[in-house]
Order: sequence, then structure tokens, then C-alpha cells
Amino acid sequence: MRYLPLTADDRRAMLARIGASDVDALFRDVPQAAMAPLSAFHLPDTQGELEVERALSRLAAKNVAAGAAPFFCGAGAYKHHVPSSVDHLIQRSEFLTSYTPYQPEIAQGTLQYLFEFQTQVALLTGMDVANASLYDGSTATAEAVLMAQRITRRGKAILSGGLHPHYAETVETVAGLLGPMIRSAVTPGLPEDIIALIDEETACVVVQSPDVFGLIRNLKPIADAAHAKGALLVAVVTEAVSFGLLEPPGAQGADIVAAEGQSIGNGLNFGGPYVGLFATREKFLRQMPGRLCGETVDVEGRRGYVLTLSTREQHIRREKATSNICTNSGLCTLAFTIHLSLLGEEGLTRLARINHAKASALADMLSALPGIEVLTPSFFNEFTVRLPGPAAAVVDRLVEKGVIAGVPVSRLLPHDKSVEDLLIVAVTETNTDDDFAALTSALQGALA
Amino acid sequence: MSEVRYTDQHEWISLEGDEATVGITKYAAENLGDVVFVELPASGKTVSAGGEAAVVESVKAASDIYAPAGGTVTAANTALEKEPSKVNEDPEGAGWFFKMKLADKAEFAKLMDSAAYAKFVESL
Amino acid sequence: MSMNNQGRPSSAGEAVQNGIATISGDRGLDHEEALIFELGHGAVGVDLPDVEVSDDRLAGLRRKGAIGLPGLSEPEVVRHYVRLSRMNYAIDSGLYPLGSCTMKHNPRLNEKMARLPGFGDLHPLSPQSTAQGALELISQLMNWLTTLTGMPAVAMSPKAGAHGELCGLLAIRAAIAARGENRTRVLVPESAHGTNPATAAFAGFTVDEVPAKPNGHVDAEALKAKLGPDVAAIMLTNPNTCGLFEGEVKEIADAVHAAGAYFYCDGANFNAIAGKVRPGDLGVDAMHINLHKTFSTPHGGGGPGAGPVVLSERLAPYAPIPLLVADGKSFRLIEDMAAVPAGARPFGRMCAFHGQMGMFVRALTYMLSHGRDGVRQASEDAVLSANYILASLKDVMSAPYGDGPCMHEALFDDHFLDGTGVTTLDFAKAMIDEGYHPMTMYFPLVVHGAMLIEPTESESKDSLDRFIHVLRSLAAEAQAGKTERFAGAPRLAPRRRLDETAAARKPVLRFKPDPLQEAAE
Repeated sequence: MRYLPLTADDRRAMLARIGASDVDALFRDVPQAAMAPLSAFHLPDTQGELEVERALSRLAAKNVAAGAAPFFCGAGAYKHHVPSSVDHLIQRSEFLTSYTPYQPEIAQGTLQYLFEFQTQVALLTGMDVANASLYDGSTATAEAVLMAQRITRRGKAILSGGLHPHYAETVETVAGLLGPMIRSAVTPGLPEDIIALIDEETACVVVQSPDVFGLIRNLKPIADAAHAKGALLVAVVTEAVSFGLLEPPGAQGADIVAAEGQSIGNGLNFGGPYVGLFATREKFLRQMPGRLCGETVDVEGRRGYVLTLSTREQHIRREKATSNICTNSGLCTLAFTIHLSLLGEEGLTRLARINHAKASALADMLSALPGIEVLTPSFFNEFTVRLPGPAAAVVDRLVEKGVIAGVPVSRLLPHDKSVEDLLIVAVTETNTDDDFAALTSALQGALA
Repeated sequence: MSEVRYTDQHEWISLEGDEATVGITKYAAENLGDVVFVELPASGKTVSAGGEAAVVESVKAASDIYAPAGGTVTAANTALEKEPSKVNEDPEGAGWFFKMKLADKAEFAKLMDSAAYAKFVESL
Repeated sequence: MSMNNQGRPSSAGEAVQNGIATISGDRGLDHEEALIFELGHGAVGVDLPDVEVSDDRLAGLRRKGAIGLPGLSEPEVVRHYVRLSRMNYAIDSGLYPLGSCTMKHNPRLNEKMARLPGFGDLHPLSPQSTAQGALELISQLMNWLTTLTGMPAVAMSPKAGAHGELCGLLAIRAAIAARGENRTRVLVPESAHGTNPATAAFAGFTVDEVPAKPNGHVDAEALKAKLGPDVAAIMLTNPNTCGLFEGEVKEIADAVHAAGAYFYCDGANFNAIAGKVRPGDLGVDAMHINLHKTFSTPHGGGGPGAGPVVLSERLAPYAPIPLLVADGKSFRLIEDMAAVPAGARPFGRMCAFHGQMGMFVRALTYMLSHGRDGVRQASEDAVLSANYILASLKDVMSAPYGDGPCMHEALFDDHFLDGTGVTTLDFAKAMIDEGYHPMTMYFPLVVHGAMLIEPTESESKDSLDRFIHVLRSLAAEAQAGKTERFAGAPRLAPRRRLDETAAARKPVLRFKPDPLQEAAE
């Protein structure tokens, strides 16, 4: 087996040093009845690189990659162009095959980029501090609600109807153990009256902007209303490129920001791995979950970085930890940091404007088609349209024409008949005029 | 003149009139290493003997500080929040954690005196 | 107060100046590197057109101020991150003996397969008809995981080991609720990884610690005595954190089941037994599998991981959505709580979408490459290599459980350093100067000054022999009173010991421009 360096001679010599007759003697603590013979495993035997590559390629070929068709899916994951140098750099052995930087003297590379990442996230979100990332946007949102419950010592959370339904379900699963999770009703394309639901038992209000339908939400009045009742505002962002064009949540009164960072540096990967961004106010620092990297000096006075404030974490605090999380999204974090470094201020703001301009252009084209109504008056790069019939069926018909038209709302809210005809359409810098023409003509054909 | 008693969890408590002051012992401070953070109880909080009252953290450890006796917290040493190093520099003086009014002075009397505590530490 | 009884010192050693001062501050191939924020100068690393947009559709919420991101060209960004990378130790550059972390070789074929556009560029909500190959891959991986563990079901969505633990405990919680019972206590051995009690608390249980016996095994009698009608589960790591197989595991499982509780197994150490022992044969009800340990997906400097959870018949109905079902030749994801098949009662959802697909591709690539015979051989080699290290070092380094064989990791304590003035930390840091990443230190907590060495199956005998020689020599020097190389080590790394106390007392967690310098400019 090509990955195993020991030869039969090596193994014999090593057993001799140990004083064991055979390798099974080393498993002597295992009950004999539990030792399974190889034949107990109905699985294939070793294969060469060529055969494995062939098998995996065959599976990959059965999928339609986003880049292989006019493509308009968003709803929490976005197809963006990632510069080639990003993927090259994250595959450097020293990044790819290192562990959590517990020995800072020989892990400054990882620690310094985490420090840069924390700074970038704090700047983008307009918050004081950010951690070294969580698993993804949805779990970051759940952690944000748990953190708000800790800070306020209250259990209830109000979840906006515009919050991605997968996010809402993730929050309900975890934070729902500590109090009621109230989902507010929403009409896609209109801001809901969430303020009326906030009371003295509310730990936090969770509002996504742009919301799952694409609508840009004004967070300030919601933050003010929450604060007046002693509750916190958790702001959720699923499209990180929007930070380049929109007022950050920190400037709108958010107390905690949970965001999905996939859009910057990371591929679609069928849903993971992604990178959860998590930022908050300085005063809540000690209640924050996840790894933190901090600046310090070594004994010679040289600047360096270490993991810090780790007494919040499970390996020290055990059952009193702020979270059970042990990892961050290391490499995805690095990809985010490198891509954002390449973009810089000018690149990110330009990229964001391109996204918005293209989405606006497509929205105009679609609203000109008979029977199609654009429901979202404001949006970043994603909007919702009403079709004359069930959107899922239209999407299926368009797949046959080689166009992937978007995410039917029924995929996310299967029980709500009122949203059955709605389609979420996302547009990024990767979409071309040809893509727009293909979509509009395919839609016209399907709806005729 | 105040009287000082000790617990087997390495807290000290000194009583002067009605008011008691609580901190961690020199032995505890040395074992804990450099203190980087303290979490102090709010004034008015009621604590029971052996109950969690405060937290002290070094880089690698977080330890609960237990109330040596039951009562009500009357003050906390907020200077430690800015300068946690005081706990290392003067654990049994300026590094005190909180003051409290005892509910039952008999609980105080049951604790180890300095000779008994010194013997206890030696046995560890 | 509760004490730090692991023997871990918390302050750095004294400063010892070392090395020749250079004009640049760099030393040969070792470059000092500023923060990206200090390097920015208004350049740009991408070419994008400058498009104006109107405010019409921005709800009055167009960004008002600048973000504050630095601007650099591509060559500058590439050089910056290449230089940073060179400050890291990595498996590819040397033996990485971190116990309980399983730092094995990460095959590059895995990376190549994960980047096939059909996987890497596939949207999670792309119509399911366009993702059949991805669903088939997940199904194949599920088959490997259930077959290797002898368990009937697996939940794929947990994003890391700790997330998998949470998934398992939430399934247990749901199963108990379905029985109409109220069980609140979870038993956790004191030698457990901190994430076990943290997860139990996260899932709403109280934690009750079970002591270890002097031989490093969990005290089965004490554990059984703690069982009762309020116990929901035990969380047992097997092989345990001392690197030992819990031989009484079946009796423990039987007692746990008889008391109406569930057996959660922490699968962190599955690399010792994959292809040799099926946890399903040991009475396990739920176990997470760290794909980034046993199945070689890269650790990546701390993630991303993946933590699928295998489930017993009793817990399978409570697996979270999404569920994957096969309809004849095609596959379908059930993403809706109300649309699950008869008998399924999902406890909820762990995350958006369907789990760490990128890690699934890498893990399946590893499995297909190894095959069942290679997986079995890898486990045997991992155990053999750990025992070889134990046998080769236990006369000079104290091994608290050195009499019997260990599994895939060898545990030492700091008794061999008694009276030398050298601590576990000093010893480990001296290894850095010798070109090695230290072993896991001060874990498990039940052993004073613990040093846990896990060589994995990826090391040649030559490599193991060199490592053994260095550790024997270091131990001999410490014992002979030659302690110069330990005090203040490392000296030859990109940084000497860092002041963690200062970092924690006055946290600096992000770059802020120096206001004086800003004003001067």
C-alpha cells in the first residue's frame, strides 16, 4: 500500500523489539469475540491512484457543476470567481498539513493569518472583535443565539422570517433547548413587523440582511427596539461580498454578527466546508465562543501571536465552556484571508458593485417578461421573483434546457403553499450576458 | 485585630467585626501561575459555604473560588479586573477578592487556623 | 479553589539572546514578515471593471465609510503568505507525534479529487437531478462508515468531531424523550477530552465524572455504581485517552443498556482499530468519526474537520435532517422534517445544507485507495509503531502504563524528570530545536506532566529510530544535569517562547494602526 512505509522486515524487527509474537498480541486488551476478521468487511481492496481517480471522476461527471451551465443558485452559497493563487497557496504543505497552532513558536504562519483574518472580519462587519472562525454561517448563528442567552440570562429568541430556513432550524435545534424560539411571519419582499414580538423575556432578535429572499433590511430600528427591552440584535449575513457595498451591521447597532464567509475564497463544495464569521462588541468578548488569536512578544521581545483567552474553551473549562467547539475552519479561513487580501479595499468594493449591477440588470430583464414579478424592491445580488406556477417544476424544466435557474423557495419552505411560485435568483460577477439571454429565453419557453 | 482562617480549597478568610474578606492563599497563587483574569461576585449576591463565588484564571487554567462560609457579598475588589497580577504579587493582602457579611460565624470558627493550614499544605 | 494539578507551568522561561544580528532582520531563508495591513499601499491584486451603481435598490443602506482593507498586488500577496507558511511545522516536513490528533499523511490525490468541478463547484441547492453523483458518493461513504463500524446508520451532517458528539447526544436526548422519560445525567470519565463534558452540558445534561483506575482504565465498578434511572448516557473514549483499549467495554455497555441509558463512544481514536474491531460489536449506540484523523482529510492548521456519527438501531430514527434515501437507481435528499419516511423522527438539523462534502470526497478517496486490507494494515502499523516507541523509550522515560501494550499512542509522564528542574514543557520545547513538533503535553489530565506520543502509520522505521534516538538523548541529558538546552528552549524556531500571560491580560485581537504614525503620515 503506497501510503504505508513499513516493510514486512521492518514489522518483524519492531515486533522483536517489543517482544510480541505478532501484531494481534498488541490488541490483547480487545475481547477476542470483538476481533473482526478481514472477511467481515464487505468492502473493496486496495486500489492504485489511477483506478481511484477513475472511480471518483465517474461520480463527479454525473453532477452539473455551477460553471458548466448558466447558473443562478444562491440562498446561502454563492458562485464567485476565486483567483488561482488562493487555491495554490492554501495547498502549501505548511498550511495544509499542520495542526491547530498549539506550539506557537513553530506555528506563526497559521497564527499570523488568523490575526489578519480576525482583523478583516472586524473591519467588514464594523464590530470590535472577531474570532478565528466557526464551522459555517448557520452554526455561527446558533452560537450567537446561545451567546445572547448567556449574556442576557434569558431564553427566548425571535427569529426573523427572512432568516434562511436552514439557519432557523439549526438555531432551534440547539438554542431551543434553553428557551422558546419564535419565528416571525414574513411576506417575501416586505420587511416584517418583528419589533412587536420583542419583550422583556427576549434574549435576542435574529435578523438576516440581505434576507433569504434577497431583501436588504434596515437593522437600526430593530436594534434600538431590542436594546430598549434589554435584548440583543444578532445580525446574519450569508453573502459576504455584500459587505463591500452595504452599511455593515456594526454601524446599525448589531451586538453580534454571524456570517457565512464562503463567498470569499471558497468554492461551493456542495455545502461544505465553509467558514463561519463571528464578531461582537468588546464588552461581550469573554462570552464569545471559539478560538481567538492574540498579539504578544517572545522572550526576545519580537512580536508574535498565540491562541489566547482559551479559558473560555472546552479543553480547559470542560462543562462550563462557552461552546464545545474545538476547531475553526482553518484552511477555509486562510482562503478567505488570501482572497480578501488580493481584493483589498478597491477590489472588494468593485466586486460588490459588479454583483449588484448585474443582479439589477437581470431583475430588469425578468420583470419585463410577462407573468414574472420581481418581489424584492431592494437587494444586493439576489432577488425573489413570482412565477405564474410552482417554481420547482419550472426549475426542473429549465434543467433539461441546460439552465439552472435558481432555488425554488419550496425547497426551503416546503409546507408554505403561499411561496410555492417563488424563485430565488442569484447573480454574481461570474454570470454573463449570454447567461441572462439563456435564462430569459428558457423561462419564456417554459412559461409559454 | 482580624482573625484569619483557611479552607482545604486554598481560600483564606479574615474576619474583622461583622465583615469578612476572602482571597486565595499564597500557595494557591503560586500553583496557579500568572493570573490573567478574575470574575468577581456582585455586591448583594448570597453565597453558601463551599459554593462558587468567583473565578480566577491563569493562561492554562480556570479555577472556581468557593465561599469559605455562607453570607452576603458586600464588596468586590474591582482593582483586580484591571490588574489581575495583584493576585500573584500580594495574594493575602491587596489581592483579596471580595468582602462579605457572614450569615453564621460558627461556620468561620470551624475552618482551619494558619497552623492547621500550613500542616495541610505540607501534606500535599 | 480548584487547583491546576497537571504540573503545567504558566510563565515563559528567561530570555537568552541568541544568533547573529543581521542588517535586514531576516536570517537566511527565515524572513520576518509584517502584517498584511502594514504592507498595503493602495495596489490591487485583481482586475475588475469600475462599475457605478445607483442607490435605487439599496434601501438607503449603501456603505458610508471605507472598510479599511489594505491594497496589494498579486506578487506581494503571494510572497506574504508563502513567507508565513515557512514559519509553520507540518506533517509533510516532519514527524508530528501529537497524541490524540492522528497526524497522518494527507494524500494529494484526495485534494485533486475534491477539486473536480463536479464536487468542488457543485451548489448545495442545485436541483437534485444535477447532483446524483454527489449523493452517490455520500451513499458510498456511508456504506464504508457503517461497514467499518458495524453500525446500521450514520448521520453525515456534523461538521467536526465536537459537532458529531452534539449530534449523538441530541439523538440520545430525543430517544429518551420519545420513551417519555426524564434522564438528566451523563457519565464522563475524568480522563476524557474536555469536549465530552462541554458537549454534554451543551446538550442540556449535567456531567458526572467517573474516576480512572491506577492502571489507566476507566473504573468500571465505579461507573456501574453511578448508573441509575436518571442517567441518560455514558461518554467513553475507546481506545481511551491514555492510549489503552477499555477491555471491559462490553460489560460496561451491557450494564448501561440494562439501566436504560445509551453508550456514546468518542471515536477520536478509531485509527487504532479501523478494520480490526467494529464498535457495533461492543454495544456502542453512537460514535463520531473524525474524518480528519482516521481518514486523512487535512488538519489544515485547525480545520475544517468533519464528524459523521454512526448510530445504533435504537438511535437511528432520531438522526437529523437531511436524510439520504435511494429510490431504485437514483438518490434523494430529504430536507424537510415533515417529509421523512415512516419511523424516522429527526431531532432537528445540525447545520445548513448537507455536511462537509469536500471532506467526504477526500475520505472516500482515502478509503478506496487503502481498501479494507489497507485500512486494517494502517491500524496495525499505527499500533505497532506506538508500541515500538513505548518499548524503545520506557527504560529512560517513565511510562505509567508501560507494562502492557498500548494502542496507537504511547503515554509517558514527567517522573523521569523528577529532580532535574526540567519540566514537561521544557522537554517538549527542546524537541522543537531538534526539528520535531512536540508530542501532546499535559493531556490526559489524569497523568502528571503527561506526554502523549502518536506516531501514526505514516512513519518509516528509520524515521521512528531517529526520533527515538533524539528522545533518549534528551532524557539522558536532563537526567545527567545537562539542562542548558531545555531552559528557554526553543532557540532555533521562528520565535522563542511567547508571553501568553501578557496576551491574556491585555488582549490585542486585531490590528489597529498606530495613531501616532497615522498622524505623522
